[in-house]
Amino acid sequence: MIVLKDITKKYDNGFEALKNISLHCNEGEITALIGPSGCGKTTLMKLINRLNNPTSGSVFIKGKDISEIDPVELRRSIGYVIQQIGLFPHMNIAKNVGTVPKLLKWDKERIGKRVDELLNLVSLDPETYRNRLPSELSGGQQQRVGVIRALAADPSVILMDEPFSALDPISREQLQEELVRLQREIKKTIVFVTHDMDEALKIADKIVLMKSGEIVQHGTPEEILRHPANEFVEDFIGQKRLKRYQGIPPVSQVMVERPITVTPNRGLAESMRIMEDKKVDSIIVVDEKNHLLGYVTVFDIVKAYQNEDTKIKDIMHSFNTTVNPDTPLTEAIQLMNKLQVPYLPVLNEKGLLEGLLTRGSIVGYVGSEYHSIKEGVV
Amino acid sequence: MEFISDFFDYVMNNWSHLASLTLDHILMVIIGLALALMVGIPLGIICFKNEKLAKVILATASIIQVFPSIALLGVLMIFFGLGFKTVVVGLFFYSLLPIIRNTYVGLREVDENISLAGKGVGMTVTQLLLKVQLPLSLPFLLAGVRVAAVIAVGVATLAPFIGGDGLGRDIVAGINTRQADKIYAGAIIAASLAIFADITIGRVQKRLET
Ligand SMILES: Nc1ncnc2c1ncn2[C@@H]1O[C@H](COP(=O)(O)OP(=O)(O)OP(=O)(O)O)[C@@H](O)[C@H]1O
Ligand SMILES: [Mg+2]
Repeated sequence: MIVLKDITKKYDNGFEALKNISLHCNEGEITALIGPSGCGKTTLMKLINRLNNPTSGSVFIKGKDISEIDPVELRRSIGYVIQQIGLFPHMNIAKNVGTVPKLLKWDKERIGKRVDELLNLVSLDPETYRNRLPSELSGGQQQRVGVIRALAADPSVILMDEPFSALDPISREQLQEELVRLQREIKKTIVFVTHDMDEALKIADKIVLMKSGEIVQHGTPEEILRHPANEFVEDFIGQKRLKRYQGIPPVSQVMVERPITVTPNRGLAESMRIMEDKKVDSIIVVDEKNHLLGYVTVFDIVKAYQNEDTKIKDIMHSFNTTVNPDTPLTEAIQLMNKLQVPYLPVLNEKGLLEGLLTRGSIVGYVGSEYHSIKEGVV
Repeated sequence: MEFISDFFDYVMNNWSHLASLTLDHILMVIIGLALALMVGIPLGIICFKNEKLAKVILATASIIQVFPSIALLGVLMIFFGLGFKTVVVGLFFYSLLPIIRNTYVGLREVDENISLAGKGVGMTVTQLLLKVQLPLSLPFLLAGVRVAAVIAVGVATLAPFIGGDGLGRDIVAGINTRQADKIYAGAIIAASLAIFADITIGRVQKRLET
């Protein structure tokens, strides 16, 4: 549908904003361009409606090289939502939405009907809003108008440059959902620029990750989440999201949250009693502030029991390995296997004990997951 | 305080004479301004489109502006002879700079993103100018017209020196014959005209801005 072939773009000041880009956007799909600020998303998007012309390479829409199409004609056939809304402040909402149909010389009645239809589509009552000026609308309403202005002449290709960026999280989510719902009806070929990964995951059929003028990875959200091409992609997706989507829980979801602990100055008999009480064969040693110090096993205590003056701190061992709450469970299990330890302490970034990952807790977690999977099947 | 009653007496007794002078005055100003708009707006647009030409055009218009009015009118008289026409041409020249400059500045002040939206939506350069950029720069243009109108009302009082009419006629006659009431009449009405133009255009401008 939209094909970019070997595109480079050098701005007049010599800056190379796009380097050797080739890209395919399928018909009827939403392709999300995502990447850090300044990576060339807007530059790339503007190539598609010839607001920018490539330094080398070509862009094809429906197989046609667009450098052979008159730019004005081309732009009228492509919906465009610009990065900063860009409503015409001196025209009322109806005029704004009807801009392209008017340029295409539709008759008045048809334009009026289309405008009302579109306002209804995004839940703006035509009676109320038709005659208002953009400044008399909230930011979210303005962005809605920006979006339907792009839809007005029913173009098959729509370009949206961070259309929801100026919104508070709630309106943004609302508009994202509206877009997804809308897209099910209208089936447009949409190129959508964002720098919000959650937004891309939510609405896109394909995600294109960019970095300093190059495409780093292009695939379905599923592919990108499951097989991030490199560290940059992983970082961009974020560890939290990766784990959430990849279905591997972080250690914090599996660990025992209040492990049995003692302080280093406790006596042995006392500690023994706690262990008996809680039915554990070793105990974690922490100071008053919950800093991890080490551990003591029941055998250590038995060995030193005769000496009444012995304190826990005299016989404790320290840990060589700890994990943090965000460590993926798989990684922690591998670690436990390799080190042949029965448990691993979980420390937060301040070095305080958050919990304990034990074999028992892993079995419990896997068991409950298995359970829910079974229930899901039945 | 005597001059106030003198002034009123004079106005009462010469009512129709003054009305015709005022009308003359207004006519010269309006025609001068209209010509300045017809020439100044396109020049302002050219400035907007071409930075190099902008420098040349604005510099030329500024030179005209700082030329003493009496001298300018004198020079024009050599080319256009005596009379109404010459005054109008003079007023045209004097109004040109504020109109060119404000058209230019107004167009430059239009939010780049809005122009980009217009272009992106498929407007031609002309459509963009007529439908988006010029309407949005209208408040600036009006500010220019306002300045130009006030200047023009003042300069137009010099009309009698080059054979024109208008309120200057009474002022000059009053000076020559040492008739204070005549001077007051011409000057006060001319001043009122300037204030009236200033306020009225200012109002329209305000309304456009909100
Ligand atoms: N007209 C221009 N002339 C020179 N350099 C430009 C021009 N427009 C953009 N650039 C540069 O090209 C690079 C890419 O810009 P672009 O606007 O495409 O970034 P982006 O990915 O859309 O960023 P953002 O997320 O901030 O919108 C930037 O480094 C920018 O400074
Ligand atoms: Mg951008």
